[in-house]
Amino acid sequence: MGELIFIGLGLFDEKDITIKGKEAVARADVVYSEFYTSKLAGATIEDVEKELGVNVEVLSREQVESSDTVLKAALDKTVAFLTAGDPMAATTHVEMRVRAKERGIKTSVIHGISIVSAVPSALGVMHYKFGRTVTLPFLRERGYPRSPYDHIKSNKDIGLHTLVLLDIDGEHERYMTVNEGVEALLKLEKDVDEGVISDDTVMAGLARVGSAEPEITVGSPKELLEHDFGGGLQCMVVFGELHFMEEEALGLF
Amino acid sequence: MGRKEKNIKKAQKLMDKPKLIRNIGTAAHIDHGKTTLSDNLIAGAGMMSEELAGRQLMLDFDEQEQARGITINAANVSMVHDFEGKEFLINLVDTPGHVDFGGDVTRAMRAVDGVIIVVCGVEGVMPQTETVIRQALKEKVKPILFINKVDRLITELSLDGDEMQQRLYKLIQDIDDLIKSMAPPEFKDDWRLSVEDGTVAMGSALYNWAISVPFMQKKGITFKDVYEFIEKGQIKELAKTAPIHEVILNQVIRHMPDPITAQKYRIPNIWRGDQESDLAKAMITCDEHGPTALMVTKIIIDPHAGEISVGRLFSGKVTSGMMLHVDRQPKTNRVQQVSLSVGADRVPVEDIRAGNIVALTGLKDAIAGSTVSSLPEITPFEEMKHYSEPVVTKAVEAKRTADLPKLVSVLRSIGKSDPSIMVKIDEETGEHLLSGMGELHLEVTEHRIENEHGVPIISSQPIVVYRESVENIGGPFEGVSPNRHNRFYIEVEPLEEDIVKAIDDGTISVSGKIENKNELSKQLREFGMDKDESKNFVDFYGDNVLLNMTKGIQYLYETMELIVDGFHESMDEGPLSRENCKGVKVRLVNAKLHEDAIHRGPAQVIPAVKNSIYGAMCQAGRILLEPKQKVFIDVPSDIMGSASVQIQQRRGEILDMNQKGPNTKLEAKTPVAEMFGFSGDIRSATGGKALWSTEHAGFEQVPTNMLLEVVKEIRERKGLKAEPFNESHYSG
Repeated sequence: MGELIFIGLGLFDEKDITIKGKEAVARADVVYSEFYTSKLAGATIEDVEKELGVNVEVLSREQVESSDTVLKAALDKTVAFLTAGDPMAATTHVEMRVRAKERGIKTSVIHGISIVSAVPSALGVMHYKFGRTVTLPFLRERGYPRSPYDHIKSNKDIGLHTLVLLDIDGEHERYMTVNEGVEALLKLEKDVDEGVISDDTVMAGLARVGSAEPEITVGSPKELLEHDFGGGLQCMVVFGELHFMEEEALGLF
Repeated sequence: MGRKEKNIKKAQKLMDKPKLIRNIGTAAHIDHGKTTLSDNLIAGAGMMSEELAGRQLMLDFDEQEQARGITINAANVSMVHDFEGKEFLINLVDTPGHVDFGGDVTRAMRAVDGVIIVVCGVEGVMPQTETVIRQALKEKVKPILFINKVDRLITELSLDGDEMQQRLYKLIQDIDDLIKSMAPPEFKDDWRLSVEDGTVAMGSALYNWAISVPFMQKKGITFKDVYEFIEKGQIKELAKTAPIHEVILNQVIRHMPDPITAQKYRIPNIWRGDQESDLAKAMITCDEHGPTALMVTKIIIDPHAGEISVGRLFSGKVTSGMMLHVDRQPKTNRVQQVSLSVGADRVPVEDIRAGNIVALTGLKDAIAGSTVSSLPEITPFEEMKHYSEPVVTKAVEAKRTADLPKLVSVLRSIGKSDPSIMVKIDEETGEHLLSGMGELHLEVTEHRIENEHGVPIISSQPIVVYRESVENIGGPFEGVSPNRHNRFYIEVEPLEEDIVKAIDDGTISVSGKIENKNELSKQLREFGMDKDESKNFVDFYGDNVLLNMTKGIQYLYETMELIVDGFHESMDEGPLSRENCKGVKVRLVNAKLHEDAIHRGPAQVIPAVKNSIYGAMCQAGRILLEPKQKVFIDVPSDIMGSASVQIQQRRGEILDMNQKGPNTKLEAKTPVAEMFGFSGDIRSATGGKALWSTEHAGFEQVPTNMLLEVVKEIRERKGLKAEPFNESHYSG
């Protein structure tokens, strides 16, 4: 009887995995991973393999979405499936788990550190005060969604902060930057024009959270637009109303 | 100064007086003599030597046109005519009668306010006669009638005076009935033909004479006199007594509207922008001080001047050096030369005011059909519908590899000057695919590429263009996105036939941005669409429609543009053989979307929608449509059998057979796919004694027993595996 263990690698590099995760990898027959839903900005796959002492096969989006590579192996083997962050934060993995269950495969999850909890921690703002999370896609000519804008607006209307995740194009190794994210929000503001993003909107831009030197800046859209965040995975926060303790904490940046 | 030069001077003066201008065209079935008529009008008006007219075919100035004896391009000529002591400027556009060049006829109608319908007195109303009358009336262009070749009724058919009158009366009645049935409501009475008031004239374009009742009254001649002239062979005397240009041009000036009168009712019909705007007002009143607005109806390629845009100026002025906007083009174009056309010559002028037909150089982004204005981004003029669409394709390549870049630019300029030619580059093979209205249309175009543009080419055998559609209702079919986070449920069924027809003939206008949704829903309901559906249309693509039948699905509004993209892609390449789809109604009935926008981008939504549409089409029963042609053959009765065999061998269907004198007229319908080489075959089968013409007859279903074979052939030609995918391929 096979088994499928989803293991979170955490935020930044090969050392963010939990001890439990590392132990599960050690007892697995096969180890797969994917890095198109998210990636480790601070480690290569070789770093991961070295740290864990196993061979890891990296699967493409195609292989995860349309073929059954992982599920087939898990029919009679113990399979570890490694993903950046916390595995079940990506809907694809939930879907995979459901399909595994349908085939009678035993599944379990070993959590990793997720950007969703790391952002409030890093900034020192209250996770209680976050509303719906949104993701901004890369700007494109046609069919650019306005719902991220609408969600930020409804969060703000009731005083809540919004965690803004940024698009990842693993295939072409393009990772959306805070600069591009601000541009996208400004374009939405121009198109929808409901006054959500203005010159004095307070936002935070974060890059390489989980590393020894995360880049965090708090400021106006203009300030964020001009700031160089370097590489790595980035995200943003658009603030609602700030509690005085949050204001003090943000004063650090 | 010669007569021609004097007339050019006069024309330049009259250009500024719109009340004294008439913009007219001629239109007819092939070989009914409209180019001969036009030439004699021009000669009579002193724009070319009289001896040449009737033989030179001035308007057929394309070398090929003269060789083939048919008019391919609608050329335009300005001339001056004296009527009751006053001089008038007549801008004349000649149009081709051959069915393969129908696009030119449609566009020419946009430029003119009146049209002389030329009908051969011997042959009577022919299919193309009806088509051109319909096109004119749809554009609110007023028709008058000239019955040509009347002398042949006497010299060849030996009719006596009474028989001839009866025959002519019947013919006028036939045309009048056509006008009555198709005229715009407000002109149903005014535009009827009447012999008495002179909206009908008759004569011989070749022998340069014509008569009308008002003219005969004025000159005191009777029908009997005319009959005698002809019977005695005194044609030259007749031409002196009743010169054709005088009769016809008088008729034109008396009965055709001037541009100020015509634009009042034509503008709301051809321009759907804000009728209260300054531009609308300027066009309706033909105001030379308004913004410049013109529609390009033809591009002529001149070996010296390059591309010349000919079009109708509806408001404002055009001056050389002016910067103009061409619709859907980012940059402005600078007008280099403004000119007046006199046959193959163009006479440069300083400027031209609204109400004229102009020839401009410098509009490098314009194509036939472009809207050009001094204002940026004006609503374009209504798209002119061809009554037929391209049905035959050939692949062409340059004989010398070095010519490839030249070929690309030649094809580009041919596509501009003749929008009924479609040029596509096959992505897989890199071949240039040239599609047109028929075998002849493509042959003429190839000839042009080789001789006018000097690029020797190799072309493939002609290929027929098919369409895909569905037989019944299919779906709802679930289409899943690659990440499995989004699902679309789509149903398809054949679009109501009346709606397809209305879209094809332009009654329902679906091009560009839909400005008035309520108006369109109303129209759809009138043509038989369910009320609920008519309110929920999202997009038209060709004559396929996308309807959104869902209610209150979150995020659907921001996904719709991608759904539309998926709809377009699947209508461009149907599931059977990747041919365009036709007449498919696509109903989105449900959708389940992921919460986060990133999970429902183009890479997810488009394939899911395509699968959903293709799957539903499989369930609905996929069919293939092939273009058909009506074939009219006129052949001596004793060899009729040899002609009808040619039809039967070609999967043809004989619709009608009629004996008229020693000849039999045969009307048949055949698939275009079987018509290649017909010209040669019927010639040898009948010893060249058959006269024939064709007309497009739309698309019809390929017989079921041939379907798989034809699909296989198309797929193999396109490098696809022989079998199309089945339903299961598109699910899950």
